[in-house]
Amino acid sequence: MATPTMHDWLNQHGDYLYRFALARLRDPHQAEDVVQETFLAAIKSPNFAEQSAPRTWLTGILKHKIIDVMRKSVREVAASDLMSDEDANMDEFFDEKGHWAEPPLAWDMPEGVLEQKQFLGVLQTCMEKLPAKAAQIFLLRDVQETDNDEICKELNISATNAWVMLYRARMGLRKCIEINWLSN
Amino acid sequence: MLDCKQTSQLISQSLDRSLTLRERFALKLHLFICKKCTQFSQHLQTLRVALKTMVSSIESNNSIEMSSATKQRISTYLEGKI
Repeated sequence: MATPTMHDWLNQHGDYLYRFALARLRDPHQAEDVVQETFLAAIKSPNFAEQSAPRTWLTGILKHKIIDVMRKSVREVAASDLMSDEDANMDEFFDEKGHWAEPPLAWDMPEGVLEQKQFLGVLQTCMEKLPAKAAQIFLLRDVQETDNDEICKELNISATNAWVMLYRARMGLRKCIEINWLSN
Repeated sequence: MLDCKQTSQLISQSLDRSLTLRERFALKLHLFICKKCTQFSQHLQTLRVALKTMVSSIESNNSIEMSSATKQRISTYLEGKI
């Protein structure tokens, strides 16, 4: 009987899958949707009954569902937003001669600070300030360590677009952390 | 000679692709004389580690869960699909 197993799996792995998705998509509704789609794909799979490590198997499906969501949201970005011009909108960071408008400061990073609640709080807040698409690509690249070629293929964008989006995300995030964390 | 803006772009791209020999040389040269860009480079490394830490802290945070209403909704949805 497939139904009880599926219910068991939902109870045993649903919250884990939800957290996995939430950490990458950052949107609770999107995260719930991909979890639902993952279970749907799972029960429709002919391999459903044979899984000895369901969590690993489900997480594998979930990763693809997450990329699907990211692909859709990146496509929704107007072509003009997809930064045809590498230099657009970076004026706040550099002067006309290409010098730092506000030079990066020295970060004093005591041992273990990255695990501290306070720092993680600032990081979360700063991630939330990034445009959603930039943040998602950023997570795909820097956390999943998805290969850049694969990102471009999956998201159907050019390599240059990906570099520019990642660059902007990193610039914005770095600045935000410098302002909000170091000032504390 | 690269300016800081170009340098920051190359530093970011070095995390996403292999730089050419010429780019690597130009980058090294700039970093040798520019403390600001050296700091920027270190910050990007730190951010990468910090993001991984953030994601794993969300993944392992057992207090984050779907509401029972949501689970019920998913359950009902799946029932309808079997």
